[in-house]
Amino acid sequence: MARITMREAISQALWEEMERDPRVFILGEEVGVWGGTYAVTKGFYDHFGPERVRDTPIAEAAIIGAAIGAALTGLRPVAELMTINFAFSAMDHIVNQAAKLHYMFGGQMILPLVIRAVGGGGRQLGATHSQTPDAIFAHFPGLKVVAPGTPADAKGMLKAAIRSQDPVLFIEHATLYQTRGEVPEGDYIVPLGKSTIQREGRHVTIVTYSKMLEISTKAADQLAKEGIEAEIVDLRSLRPLDMGPVLESFKKTNRAVIVEEGWKSYGVGAEVASRIYEEAFDYVDAPIKRVAQAEVPLPYNRTLEQMALPQVEDVIKAVKEVL
Amino acid sequence: MTLSDETRLEMYWMMLLSRRLDERAWVLHRQGKIAFHISGIGQEAAQVGAAYALRRGYDWVAPYYRDLALMLCLGYEPREFMLSLMGKREEPSSGGRQMPSHWSLRRANVVSHSAVVATQCSHATGIGLAIKMRREDKVVLASLGEGSTSQGEWYEAVNWAAVHQLPVIFLVENNQYAISVPVEKQMAVPSAADRACGLGLRGVAVDGSDVFAVHQAFTEAVELARSGKGPTLIEAKMYRITPHSSDDDDRTYRSREEVEEHKKRDPLLVNRRILERDGLLTASRLEEMESRAKKMVDEAVQYAEQAPYPAAEEAAYPVYAEEVRHD
Ligand SMILES: Cc1ncc(C[n+]2csc(CCOP(=O)(O)OP(=O)(O)O)c2C)c(N)n1
Ligand SMILES: [Mg+2]
Repeated sequence: MARITMREAISQALWEEMERDPRVFILGEEVGVWGGTYAVTKGFYDHFGPERVRDTPIAEAAIIGAAIGAALTGLRPVAELMTINFAFSAMDHIVNQAAKLHYMFGGQMILPLVIRAVGGGGRQLGATHSQTPDAIFAHFPGLKVVAPGTPADAKGMLKAAIRSQDPVLFIEHATLYQTRGEVPEGDYIVPLGKSTIQREGRHVTIVTYSKMLEISTKAADQLAKEGIEAEIVDLRSLRPLDMGPVLESFKKTNRAVIVEEGWKSYGVGAEVASRIYEEAFDYVDAPIKRVAQAEVPLPYNRTLEQMALPQVEDVIKAVKEVL
Repeated sequence: MTLSDETRLEMYWMMLLSRRLDERAWVLHRQGKIAFHISGIGQEAAQVGAAYALRRGYDWVAPYYRDLALMLCLGYEPREFMLSLMGKREEPSSGGRQMPSHWSLRRANVVSHSAVVATQCSHATGIGLAIKMRREDKVVLASLGEGSTSQGEWYEAVNWAAVHQLPVIFLVENNQYAISVPVEKQMAVPSAADRACGLGLRGVAVDGSDVFAVHQAFTEAVELARSGKGPTLIEAKMYRITPHSSDDDDRTYRSREEVEEHKKRDPLLVNRRILERDGLLTASRLEEMESRAKKMVDEAVQYAEQAPYPAAEEAAYPVYAEEVRHD
């Protein structure tokens, strides 16, 4: 196993899948000559050529629409959205078409399409560049929505996404690209729709994913110094949502904090908490707490932005409140 | 409209001031004093030419992120630009909430835009619609880059303005690149102005490095719009001399020779020559302008550096407008 960055892990998965399957191709803004806004496809254009690494006009609706068209013919497009904020410009294709065509076709045609989108805040890019709207997409049956928090999961899940028969929204966090971790070489697959226990502990269950896995881990490290052992469940996939490890952990700790970067209202935490109440009510020892972004458009100024984003201290405080 | 000598010199001054402010922003970024800068260097002539054809402060403007020179012509002050780069409380667009260069200026009828390119064009169409409904004689200017004309939204906005003969002028600042992607990968026509013919509005292509040529084109378009004769699409050709923003390195997608070649058409140079030729811009006048610009930039930076940041709690508002009581 090699210790590589999230960026390298994602890049590796793409590269290997393109080598393995000639039907896989990349399309998006800046993905070719420049190698991607976050340098994920650096070197791809020279190796795979302009046919399979296609710089498109700035036209998100057409990027996703065209990817759908190509997928319907049996190709396996990987469409890149420079940021998930631009997915709203392609919303109809994502939620009205990609999410529904298989169903509306009575299953006669498949839609093996991956949309890679960069999400998250914390880089001082302002309210319309920094959103974490993951829950919105997870609302729609027919889409798979995943957001890995470690390099190994990023590699394994992107490979699974590319091989999936269904449209997958693969969300990469803008501030995780430099995060390093052990990543198995070669054909390493992490099935979609499986959450996992990332850290074991007895006192409280922290349910989280993506960037907030990092924040929660830091919180757990500090809590450990005070003798509080937090167990961390990484959802990894928002739809399908695998509650197995969450419930298993909760039945042990009887207390939970859910940490997400997006807004609390109608969010991932709301969904997970409801399911715990529905499926493990007898095990509840304290009201479940949610840590999330302040309910404001994310501001530009660094102090204001950090104020609005969930911090390590917020997680620690919430954990102490449920204990 | 013939321009007086004083006005012509003033237009050059606006370009120069914009350039020196913009250059300072790059320096501040290198010094780690600001988080982000997106530059208008090379695009000043088109912006100043357009601005001077408007009734500034009366007409509406829906600009885009490179329009520093345009904003200065509308009365945006150097210190306000610096405050915004630093995300200070006093910054007039948003008190540090909006990204720098995503201008808004209530007092000059300038509306802010989303990071999502071309969306301001629909707003301009709506403003044009409202102007017509309110029986006003205002016009609205919307600007954007050539790459952004690939957005479906752009066609929707322009088509509507054409169908309803709205008083909108769309300015496409064609600086040859959309981040790393050259214009040939955005459009199969030689000029964004050609996109107008299919939509049924006037399309005009103009040399964007000649401030007076741009001004002439805009004066005609504004007159038509103001007198109810509908929208015009103006493409000003220019070159983006700097990287896309402080976040990228343009050496990976274009050669230094190419950039150097285009610097020969730097609008500051081109218009200086025009004014020298006409005997208006003397060496001493230019020197005076340079030292005035330097002083203004210095003062602006100094002022902004000392100005307070917003307090953390200020993040919480203003998400909603205050309700008007009806009881
Ligand atoms: C809808 C949308 N897609 C992608 C982006 C990312 N983006 C920001 S600026 C830019 C290039 C725009 O190029 P152009 O319109 O030519 O304007 P320029 O920056 O060259 O002035 C892109 C692709 C965006 N902001 N909005
Ligand atoms: Mg451009």
